Amino acid sequence: MCLGVPGQIVEVRERDGLRMATVDFGGTRREVCLAYVPEAGLGDYVVVHVGFAISVVSETEARETQALLEEIEGSSRET
Amino acid sequence: MRFVDEYRDAGPVHAVLAEIRKRISRPWVLMEICGGQTHALMRYGLDQLLPEAIELVHGPGCPVCVTPLEQLDKALAIAAHPEVIFTSYGDMLRVPGSGRDLFAVRAAGGDVRVVYSPLDAVHLAQQNPDRQVVFFAIGFETTAPANAMSVLQAERLGLRNFSLLVSHVRVPPAIEAILSAEANRVQGFLAAGHVCAVMGYHEYPALVARFRVPIVVTGFEPLDLVRGVLAAVRQLEAGQAVAENAYQRAVTFDGNRPAQKVIRSVFEDCDRAWRGIGVIPMSGWRLREVYAAFDAERRFDVAAIRPQESSVCIAGEVLQGRRRPPDCPAFGGACTPEHPLGATMVSSEGACAAYFNYRREETGAVEIGCATR
Repeated sequence: MCLGVPGQIVEVRERDGLRMATVDFGGTRREVCLAYVPEAGLGDYVVVHVGFAISVVSETEARETQALLEEIEGSSRET
Repeated sequence: MRFVDEYRDAGPVHAVLAEIRKRISRPWVLMEICGGQTHALMRYGLDQLLPEAIELVHGPGCPVCVTPLEQLDKALAIAAHPEVIFTSYGDMLRVPGSGRDLFAVRAAGGDVRVVYSPLDAVHLAQQNPDRQVVFFAIGFETTAPANAMSVLQAERLGLRNFSLLVSHVRVPPAIEAILSAEANRVQGFLAAGHVCAVMGYHEYPALVARFRVPIVVTGFEPLDLVRGVLAAVRQLEAGQAVAENAYQRAVTFDGNRPAQKVIRSVFEDCDRAWRGIGVIPMSGWRLREVYAAFDAERRFDVAAIRPQESSVCIAGEVLQGRRRPPDCPAFGGACTPEHPLGATMVSSEGACAAYFNYRREETGAVEIGCATR
């Protein structure tokens, strides 16, 4: 239930007053509610839990992991 | 898959593991709160690739496991009503109640249906105006935004045949309870990444200051998990304790504000019993009085239920990190995922199920970086 997988928004529409989207999870598509991510749009990656997007995956912040790996590599070269 | 594959690549995972080995000078006990992380750690064999000096204690973050027996028995009673369509996340159906499970209710003629999202249950209520649709609203902060929105949506649509059986739990009071216990051995936490995606981690600095333990917000992919462990080890080795975010691409300090606002408008804090653990003060959410019309416990008379727990199962001690699943005499024999005695054997987040499905005692560590699900 806490295993949210990031998927890409491929279509946006409205249903019963809620902003909804079709989200593609590596080929599997599901209807997802966008009520909690008003900033999300077509092409964005979102973390989805039980039919609701709870977070927009940040491209900038994803580089943090890369930065950590470079730091580890740098320190092992020094030692 | 983007934002998935690159976090399952074996090369970077081994680089971080090497860094952990380099940094660690003595044994440390860490707890991963979330059952989803327990499963990922075992599925990828990370628990066996980490240095032996790191002991991972599995936390209570399995929503199905901690849903109190009393609420489950209420669910069984409500689901047996002929006018009810009882809807639930799939994991709940096999969890044993005092006498039977939701599958047994369905086999006996009850209309029990699995839904992916609570909005599906709202939709069912729209389509079946002459039936009562009840949704079993369990879970941590991750399912609360969805469950809360289902109430607002049912209200907006003027539905009078939709209600929730609420059994919500929250992570921070559980961390506080674990750290306050006299027998506590946990020296650092991997906080559940997606709980924090919703709630942020602004509640953690106070816990860190009070108990002097590092709390590291951690994701779910192999690289995320070892990165969380590295961050905790770095802090512990340096004698530090701060609330740190090692899952920045999905989590901010404040979390998802629109979601928190809706949660707070629909739910309020309450004391909650955790199955196998007991009551943790103010650790749950219940419906606010203004939404009493959507409360299944008021709509159906379930006050007189007296639950009775299995006497063999040690799920409570497993959930508190005091014993490990293989310590249970029933593990893998009388208790399996097909015929579970306790909830920890059922779920895709339960620790007993993780050991049953992934533990490779004989073969040692497996190759990580396997193909996408």
